[in-house]
Amino acid sequence: MSFQPTFDASEIEDLLNGKRGGEHPSLMSVLEEVQARYRYLPQDALILISESMGVPLSQTYGVATFYNAFSLKPKGRHVINVCTGTACMVRGAKKVLERISDRLGIQPGETTEDGQFTLETVNCLGACALGPVVVADGAYSGEVTGAKANALLSKVMAEAKTV
Amino acid sequence: MVTLSINGQQVQGVDGSSILEVAREHGIEIPTLCYHEALEPYGGCRLCVVELKAPRGPRLVASCVYPAEEGAVVETDSEIVHRSRRMTAELLLGAAPNAKVIQALAARMGVEKPRVSLSDNNCILCGLCVRACREIVGANAISLVNRGFTKEVSPPFEIGSNACVGCTTCVFLCPTGAIKLEEVLANRSVHHWDSDFEAVACKICGDHYLAPELAVDVEKVLSEENA
Ligand code: FES
Ligand code: FES
Repeated sequence: MSFQPTFDASEIEDLLNGKRGGEHPSLMSVLEEVQARYRYLPQDALILISESMGVPLSQTYGVATFYNAFSLKPKGRHVINVCTGTACMVRGAKKVLERISDRLGIQPGETTEDGQFTLETVNCLGACALGPVVVADGAYSGEVTGAKANALLSKVMAEAKTV
Repeated sequence: MVTLSINGQQVQGVDGSSILEVAREHGIEIPTLCYHEALEPYGGCRLCVVELKAPRGPRLVASCVYPAEEGAVVETDSEIVHRSRRMTAELLLGAAPNAKVIQALAARMGVEKPRVSLSDNNCILCGLCVRACREIVGANAISLVNRGFTKEVSPPFEIGSNACVGCTTCVFLCPTGAIKLEEVLANRSVHHWDSDFEAVACKICGDHYLAPELAVDVEKVLSEENA
Protein backbone atom coordinates (compact mmCIF):
# COMPACT_ATOMS: atom_id res chain seq x y z
CA MET A 1 0.00 0.00 0.00
CA SER A 2 2.00 2.86 -1.29
CA PHE A 3 -0.05 5.62 0.29
CA GLN A 4 0.23 4.19 3.74
CA PRO A 5 2.59 6.08 6.01
CA THR A 6 4.68 3.51 7.81
CA PHE A 7 4.42 3.18 11.53
CA ASP A 8 7.10 5.00 13.41
CA ALA A 9 7.42 4.42 17.15
CA SER A 10 9.29 7.64 17.76
CA GLU A 11 6.42 9.61 16.26
CA ILE A 12 4.02 8.09 18.72
CA GLU A 13 6.41 8.81 21.53
CA ASP A 14 6.65 12.44 20.46
CA LEU A 15 2.91 12.59 20.37
CA LEU A 16 2.62 11.17 23.86
CA ASN A 17 5.31 13.46 25.22
CA GLY A 18 3.62 16.47 23.72
CA LYS A 19 0.39 15.42 25.35
CA ARG A 20 1.97 14.86 28.69
CA GLY A 21 3.18 18.42 28.85
CA GLY A 22 -0.35 19.75 28.86
CA GLU A 23 -3.45 18.58 30.57
CA HIS A 24 -4.03 15.08 31.84
CA PRO A 25 -3.71 13.14 28.60
CA SER A 26 -6.83 11.41 27.42
CA LEU A 27 -6.64 8.09 25.70
CA MET A 28 -9.27 9.14 23.19
CA SER A 29 -7.38 12.18 21.99
CA VAL A 30 -4.15 10.21 21.59
CA LEU A 31 -5.95 7.51 19.63
CA GLU A 32 -7.65 10.13 17.49
CA GLU A 33 -4.33 11.63 16.53
CA VAL A 34 -2.80 8.29 15.72
CA GLN A 35 -5.84 7.39 13.64
CA ALA A 36 -5.60 10.68 11.76
CA ARG A 37 -1.88 10.21 11.15
CA TYR A 38 -1.91 6.59 9.99
CA ARG A 39 -5.58 6.22 9.04
CA TYR A 40 -5.68 3.26 11.40
CA LEU A 41 -4.41 2.19 14.79
CA PRO A 42 -1.39 -0.04 14.33
CA GLN A 43 -1.12 -2.85 16.87
CA ASP A 44 2.31 -1.72 18.00
CA ALA A 45 1.05 1.80 18.48
CA LEU A 46 -1.71 0.57 20.78
CA ILE A 47 0.80 -1.40 22.82
CA LEU A 48 3.13 1.57 23.06
CA ILE A 49 0.33 3.94 24.04
CA SER A 50 -0.96 1.54 26.69
CA GLU A 51 2.43 1.08 28.23
CA SER A 52 3.39 4.69 28.34
CA MET A 53 0.01 5.92 29.53
CA GLY A 54 -0.36 3.17 32.08
CA VAL A 55 -3.68 2.04 30.63
CA PRO A 56 -4.17 -1.74 30.44
CA LEU A 57 -3.90 -2.94 26.86
CA SER A 58 -7.24 -4.73 27.17
CA GLN A 59 -8.88 -1.39 27.90
CA THR A 60 -7.15 0.43 25.06
CA TYR A 61 -8.20 -2.35 22.73
CA GLY A 62 -11.76 -2.13 24.01
CA VAL A 63 -11.89 1.59 23.25
CA ALA A 64 -10.19 1.15 19.88
CA THR A 65 -12.76 -1.42 18.78
CA PHE A 66 -15.78 0.39 20.23
CA TYR A 67 -15.73 3.60 18.26
CA ASN A 68 -16.51 3.75 14.59
CA ALA A 69 -13.99 6.54 14.18
CA PHE A 70 -11.18 4.12 14.94
CA SER A 71 -10.04 1.36 12.67
CA LEU A 72 -7.60 -1.48 13.21
CA LYS A 73 -7.18 -1.87 9.48
CA PRO A 74 -5.75 0.91 7.33
CA LYS A 75 -8.49 3.08 5.88
CA GLY A 76 -8.26 4.62 2.46
CA ARG A 77 -7.29 8.21 1.81
CA HIS A 78 -10.86 8.94 0.80
CA VAL A 79 -13.70 7.66 2.89
CA ILE A 80 -17.15 7.40 1.39
CA ASN A 81 -19.96 6.84 3.80
CA VAL A 82 -23.42 5.82 2.66
CA CYS A 83 -26.25 6.12 5.15
CA THR A 84 -28.26 2.91 5.23
CA GLY A 85 -30.53 3.99 8.04
CA THR A 86 -34.23 3.25 7.72
CA ALA A 87 -35.20 6.61 6.23
CA CYS A 88 -32.37 6.61 3.69
CA MET A 89 -33.05 2.99 2.87
CA VAL A 90 -36.69 3.55 1.96
CA ARG A 91 -35.60 6.50 -0.16
CA GLY A 92 -33.25 4.37 -2.22
CA ALA A 93 -29.94 4.12 -0.35
CA LYS A 94 -29.53 0.53 -1.50
CA LYS A 95 -29.22 1.56 -5.14
CA VAL A 96 -26.78 4.29 -4.24
CA LEU A 97 -24.66 1.92 -2.22
CA GLU A 98 -24.65 -0.67 -4.99
CA ARG A 99 -23.65 1.90 -7.56
CA ILE A 100 -20.69 3.09 -5.52
CA SER A 101 -19.71 -0.40 -4.46
CA ASP A 102 -19.74 -1.63 -8.07
CA ARG A 103 -17.72 1.24 -9.35
CA LEU A 104 -15.07 0.98 -6.65
CA GLY A 105 -15.11 -2.80 -6.84
CA ILE A 106 -15.30 -3.17 -3.06
CA GLN A 107 -17.92 -4.12 -0.51
CA PRO A 108 -18.93 -1.84 2.36
CA GLY A 109 -16.24 -1.96 5.04
CA GLU A 110 -13.51 -2.60 2.49
CA THR A 111 -10.69 -0.49 1.11
CA THR A 112 -9.46 -0.51 -2.47
CA GLU A 113 -6.13 -2.21 -3.07
CA ASP A 114 -4.33 1.01 -3.83
CA GLY A 115 -5.33 2.32 -0.42
CA GLN A 116 -7.27 5.18 -1.96
CA PHE A 117 -10.92 4.54 -1.14
CA THR A 118 -12.82 3.09 1.75
CA LEU A 119 -16.54 2.44 1.47
CA GLU A 120 -18.55 2.47 4.66
CA THR A 121 -22.13 2.49 5.76
CA VAL A 122 -23.63 4.34 8.69
CA ASN A 123 -26.94 3.72 10.40
CA CYS A 124 -28.31 7.28 10.47
CA LEU A 125 -26.73 10.67 10.26
CA GLY A 126 -29.64 12.53 11.73
CA ALA A 127 -30.46 14.12 8.37
CA CYS A 128 -33.19 11.71 7.41
CA ALA A 129 -35.29 14.33 5.60
CA LEU A 130 -32.43 14.70 3.12
CA GLY A 131 -32.05 10.99 2.47
CA PRO A 132 -30.43 9.17 0.89
CA VAL A 133 -27.37 10.81 2.41
CA VAL A 134 -23.79 10.21 1.31
CA VAL A 135 -20.76 11.66 3.06
CA ALA A 136 -17.67 11.79 0.88
CA ASP A 137 -14.52 12.96 2.66
CA GLY A 138 -16.61 14.70 5.27
CA ALA A 139 -18.86 16.55 2.80
CA TYR A 140 -22.55 15.75 3.06
CA SER A 141 -24.77 15.29 0.02
CA GLY A 142 -28.51 14.79 0.28
CA GLU A 143 -31.16 13.29 -1.99
CA VAL A 144 -28.52 11.25 -3.71
CA THR A 145 -29.63 9.23 -6.70
CA GLY A 146 -27.63 6.68 -8.65
CA ALA A 147 -26.57 9.36 -11.10
CA LYS A 148 -25.68 11.83 -8.37
CA ALA A 149 -23.65 9.14 -6.62
CA ASN A 150 -21.75 8.57 -9.84
CA ALA A 151 -20.97 12.25 -10.19
CA LEU A 152 -19.89 12.47 -6.55
CA LEU A 153 -17.61 9.52 -6.97
CA SER A 154 -16.09 10.95 -10.14
CA LYS A 155 -15.25 14.10 -8.25
CA VAL A 156 -13.58 12.21 -5.40
CA MET A 157 -11.72 10.02 -7.89
CA ALA A 158 -10.49 13.07 -9.78
CA GLU A 159 -9.19 14.56 -6.53
CA ALA A 160 -7.48 11.32 -5.74
CA LYS A 161 -5.60 11.54 -9.02
CA THR A 162 -4.31 15.03 -8.38
CA VAL A 163 -2.56 14.16 -5.12
CA MET B 1 -29.43 6.27 57.37
CA VAL B 2 -32.18 6.55 54.82
CA THR B 3 -35.73 5.33 55.24
CA LEU B 4 -37.74 4.21 52.27
CA SER B 5 -40.65 2.00 51.48
CA ILE B 6 -40.23 -1.23 49.58
CA ASN B 7 -43.42 -3.13 48.76
CA GLY B 8 -45.22 -1.12 51.40
CA GLN B 9 -42.73 -2.03 54.10
CA GLN B 10 -40.73 0.75 55.80
CA VAL B 11 -37.05 -0.17 55.60
CA GLN B 12 -33.79 1.51 56.49
CA GLY B 13 -30.48 1.43 54.72
CA VAL B 14 -27.02 2.89 55.11
CA ASP B 15 -26.41 6.12 53.20
CA GLY B 16 -25.05 5.44 49.77
CA SER B 17 -26.47 1.97 49.42
CA SER B 18 -28.40 0.92 46.37
CA ILE B 19 -32.04 -0.09 46.41
CA LEU B 20 -30.92 -3.66 45.77
CA GLU B 21 -28.63 -3.69 48.78
CA VAL B 22 -31.31 -2.37 51.11
CA ALA B 23 -33.86 -4.82 49.71
CA ARG B 24 -31.55 -7.78 50.18
CA GLU B 25 -30.69 -6.74 53.72
CA HIS B 26 -34.39 -6.98 54.46
CA GLY B 27 -34.87 -10.29 52.75
CA ILE B 28 -36.70 -8.85 49.77
CA GLU B 29 -35.79 -10.86 46.71
CA ILE B 30 -34.80 -9.10 43.48
CA PRO B 31 -33.36 -11.19 40.65
CA THR B 32 -29.93 -10.16 39.33
CA LEU B 33 -27.44 -11.43 36.82
CA CYS B 34 -24.64 -8.95 36.40
CA TYR B 35 -24.48 -7.99 40.06
CA HIS B 36 -21.85 -9.42 42.36
CA GLU B 37 -21.24 -8.29 45.92
CA ALA B 38 -17.50 -8.20 45.43
CA LEU B 39 -17.64 -6.03 42.34
CA GLU B 40 -18.71 -2.54 41.45
CA PRO B 41 -22.32 -2.57 40.26
CA TYR B 42 -22.57 -2.46 36.50
CA GLY B 43 -26.22 -2.02 35.58
CA GLY B 44 -25.82 -4.17 32.50
CA CYS B 45 -28.47 -6.87 32.56
CA ARG B 46 -31.55 -4.86 33.65
CA LEU B 47 -32.97 -7.88 35.37
CA CYS B 48 -32.98 -6.08 38.71
CA VAL B 49 -35.43 -3.39 37.61
CA VAL B 50 -37.90 -2.16 40.20
CA GLU B 51 -40.67 0.37 40.02
CA LEU B 52 -39.80 3.67 41.63
CA LYS B 53 -43.06 5.41 42.46
CA ALA B 54 -41.66 8.41 44.28
CA PRO B 55 -39.84 10.69 44.09
CA ARG B 56 -39.95 11.44 40.35
CA GLY B 57 -41.94 8.39 39.48
CA PRO B 58 -43.42 6.18 38.50
CA ARG B 59 -40.66 4.64 36.45
CA LEU B 60 -38.40 1.63 36.18
CA VAL B 61 -34.87 1.83 37.55
CA ALA B 62 -32.07 -0.71 37.82
CA SER B 63 -31.98 -1.35 41.56
CA CYS B 64 -28.33 -2.45 41.63
CA VAL B 65 -27.14 1.00 40.58
CA TYR B 66 -29.99 3.20 41.80
CA PRO B 67 -29.31 4.80 45.17
CA ALA B 68 -31.77 4.24 47.98
CA GLU B 69 -33.14 7.71 48.66
CA GLU B 70 -34.92 9.07 51.69
CA GLY B 71 -38.65 8.76 51.23
CA ALA B 72 -38.46 6.64 48.09
CA VAL B 73 -41.41 4.39 47.35
CA VAL B 74 -40.37 1.21 45.60
CA GLU B 75 -42.28 -1.78 44.27
CA THR B 76 -40.32 -4.89 43.34
CA ASP B 77 -43.22 -7.10 42.38
CA SER B 78 -45.61 -5.00 40.33
CA GLU B 79 -47.01 -5.88 36.93
CA ILE B 80 -44.83 -3.39 35.08
CA VAL B 81 -41.74 -4.82 36.77
CA HIS B 82 -42.69 -8.33 35.78
CA ARG B 83 -43.36 -7.27 32.23
CA SER B 84 -39.96 -5.67 31.96
CA ARG B 85 -38.16 -8.64 33.48
CA ARG B 86 -40.02 -11.03 31.23
CA MET B 87 -38.83 -9.09 28.21
CA THR B 88 -35.28 -9.05 29.52
CA ALA B 89 -35.43 -12.78 30.16
CA GLU B 90 -36.73 -13.37 26.66
CA LEU B 91 -33.91 -11.37 25.10
CA LEU B 92 -31.36 -13.15 27.26
CA LEU B 93 -32.78 -16.48 26.19
CA GLY B 94 -32.49 -15.36 22.59
CA ALA B 95 -28.87 -14.50 23.24
CA ALA B 96 -27.92 -17.62 25.18
CA PRO B 97 -30.52 -20.31 24.46
CA ASN B 98 -28.33 -23.13 25.76
CA ALA B 99 -27.32 -21.59 29.06
CA LYS B 100 -28.90 -23.39 32.03
CA VAL B 101 -29.26 -20.32 34.26
CA ILE B 102 -30.93 -18.41 31.49
CA GLN B 103 -33.29 -21.27 30.68
CA ALA B 104 -34.26 -21.52 34.34
CA LEU B 105 -34.67 -17.79 34.61
CA ALA B 106 -36.83 -17.61 31.50
CA ALA B 107 -38.98 -20.48 32.72
CA ARG B 108 -39.48 -18.71 36.02
CA MET B 109 -40.58 -15.57 34.21
CA GLY B 110 -42.96 -17.52 32.01
CA VAL B 111 -41.00 -17.27 28.78
CA GLU B 112 -41.12 -20.42 26.70
CA LYS B 113 -39.58 -19.70 23.37
CA PRO B 114 -37.84 -16.45 22.60
CA ARG B 115 -39.19 -14.59 19.60
CA VAL B 116 -35.67 -13.58 18.65
CA SER B 117 -32.52 -15.53 18.08
CA LEU B 118 -29.50 -13.35 18.69
CA SER B 119 -26.59 -15.74 19.03
CA ASP B 120 -25.91 -19.19 20.28
CA ASN B 121 -22.78 -18.80 22.27
CA ASN B 122 -23.55 -18.70 25.93
CA CYS B 123 -22.06 -15.33 26.68
CA ILE B 124 -24.62 -12.75 27.77
CA LEU B 125 -22.07 -9.93 28.11
CA CYS B 126 -22.76 -9.42 31.80
CA GLY B 127 -19.14 -8.38 32.19
CA LEU B 128 -18.57 -10.30 35.43
CA CYS B 129 -15.40 -11.92 34.08
CA VAL B 130 -14.03 -8.65 32.75
CA ARG B 131 -14.76 -6.78 35.96
CA ALA B 132 -13.36 -9.49 38.21
CA CYS B 133 -10.21 -9.65 36.11
CA ARG B 134 -9.82 -5.91 36.51
CA GLU B 135 -11.15 -5.22 39.99
CA ILE B 136 -10.16 -8.31 41.93
CA VAL B 137 -7.33 -10.01 40.08
CA GLY B 138 -5.91 -6.80 38.70
CA ALA B 139 -4.65 -8.60 35.62
CA ASN B 140 -6.78 -6.71 33.09
CA ALA B 141 -6.36 -9.56 30.65
CA ILE B 142 -9.75 -9.28 28.99
CA SER B 143 -12.24 -6.61 28.08
CA LEU B 144 -15.47 -6.12 26.21
CA VAL B 145 -14.55 -5.37 22.63
CA ASN B 146 -16.48 -4.13 19.61
CA ARG B 147 -19.98 -2.75 19.78
CA GLY B 148 -23.54 -3.84 19.17
CA PHE B 149 -24.09 -7.30 17.75
CA THR B 150 -20.37 -8.01 17.45
CA LYS B 151 -19.61 -7.14 21.07
CA GLU B 152 -17.75 -9.88 22.88
CA VAL B 153 -15.34 -10.63 25.67
CA SER B 154 -11.84 -10.90 24.35
CA PRO B 155 -8.20 -10.31 25.18
CA PRO B 156 -6.47 -7.59 23.15
CA PHE B 157 -6.23 -8.35 19.43
CA GLU B 158 -8.16 -11.56 19.98
CA ILE B 159 -4.99 -13.46 20.65
CA GLY B 160 -3.72 -14.89 23.90
CA SER B 161 -3.10 -12.25 26.47
CA ASN B 162 0.11 -12.49 28.41
CA ALA B 163 -1.62 -10.47 31.09
CA CYS B 164 -3.71 -13.57 31.90
CA VAL B 165 -2.34 -15.31 34.95
CA GLY B 166 -4.51 -18.38 34.58
CA CYS B 167 -6.27 -17.80 37.90
CA THR B 168 -9.63 -18.97 36.43
CA THR B 169 -11.60 -16.42 38.43
CA CYS B 170 -13.51 -15.69 35.23
CA VAL B 171 -14.53 -19.33 34.94
CA PHE B 172 -16.00 -19.38 38.42
CA LEU B 173 -17.85 -16.12 38.01
CA CYS B 174 -19.30 -16.82 34.57
CA PRO B 175 -22.99 -17.50 35.21
CA THR B 176 -23.67 -19.23 31.92
CA GLY B 177 -20.64 -21.46 31.55
CA ALA B 178 -19.40 -19.59 28.49
CA ILE B 179 -15.89 -19.85 29.86
CA LYS B 180 -15.00 -23.49 30.44
CA LEU B 181 -12.87 -24.82 33.25
CA GLU B 182 -11.93 -27.94 31.27
CA GLU B 183 -10.46 -25.79 28.57
CA VAL B 184 -8.54 -23.82 31.09
CA LEU B 185 -7.18 -26.92 32.80
CA ALA B 186 -6.54 -28.78 29.56
CA ASN B 187 -4.26 -26.20 28.11
CA ARG B 188 -3.77 -23.99 31.12
CA SER B 189 -5.17 -21.21 29.13
CA VAL B 190 -8.33 -19.29 29.54
CA HIS B 191 -11.25 -19.86 27.20
CA HIS B 192 -10.13 -19.41 23.60
CA TRP B 193 -7.93 -16.72 25.01
CA ASP B 194 -4.95 -18.98 24.87
CA SER B 195 -2.36 -17.15 26.82
CA ASP B 196 0.38 -19.72 26.72
CA PHE B 197 2.87 -19.84 29.47
CA GLU B 198 4.70 -22.70 31.05
CA ALA B 199 2.64 -23.12 34.18
CA VAL B 200 4.61 -23.70 37.35
CA ALA B 201 3.62 -24.90 40.78
CA CYS B 202 2.78 -22.40 43.46
CA LYS B 203 5.62 -22.13 45.91
CA ILE B 204 3.29 -22.14 48.87
CA CYS B 205 0.82 -24.91 48.19
CA GLY B 206 2.86 -26.62 45.51
CA ASP B 207 -0.26 -27.40 43.67
CA HIS B 208 -2.02 -24.87 41.52
CA TYR B 209 -0.94 -23.60 38.20
CA LEU B 210 0.69 -20.24 38.11
CA ALA B 211 2.26 -18.06 35.49
CA PRO B 212 6.04 -18.04 36.02
CA GLU B 213 6.25 -14.39 36.93
CA LEU B 214 3.76 -14.96 39.73
CA ALA B 215 5.55 -17.87 41.30
CA VAL B 216 7.63 -15.68 43.53
CA ASP B 217 9.31 -16.98 46.57
CA VAL B 218 7.10 -15.48 49.24
CA GLU B 219 9.60 -16.02 52.04
CA LYS B 220 12.23 -14.21 50.08
CA VAL B 221 9.94 -11.32 49.29
CA LEU B 222 8.90 -11.04 52.93
CA SER B 223 12.45 -11.16 54.24
CA GLU B 224 13.45 -8.48 51.76
CA GLU B 225 10.54 -6.34 52.79
CA ASN B 226 11.37 -6.74 56.44
CA ALA B 227 15.04 -6.05 55.93
S1 FES C 1 -31.52 7.32 7.97
FE1 FES C 1 -30.01 8.31 6.83
S2 FES C 1 -29.81 10.14 7.87
FE2 FES C 1 -31.25 9.10 9.09
S1 FES D 1 -28.18 -6.73 38.32
FE1 FES D 1 -28.78 -4.71 38.04
S2 FES D 1 -28.56 -4.47 35.94
FE2 FES D 1 -27.78 -6.46 36.22
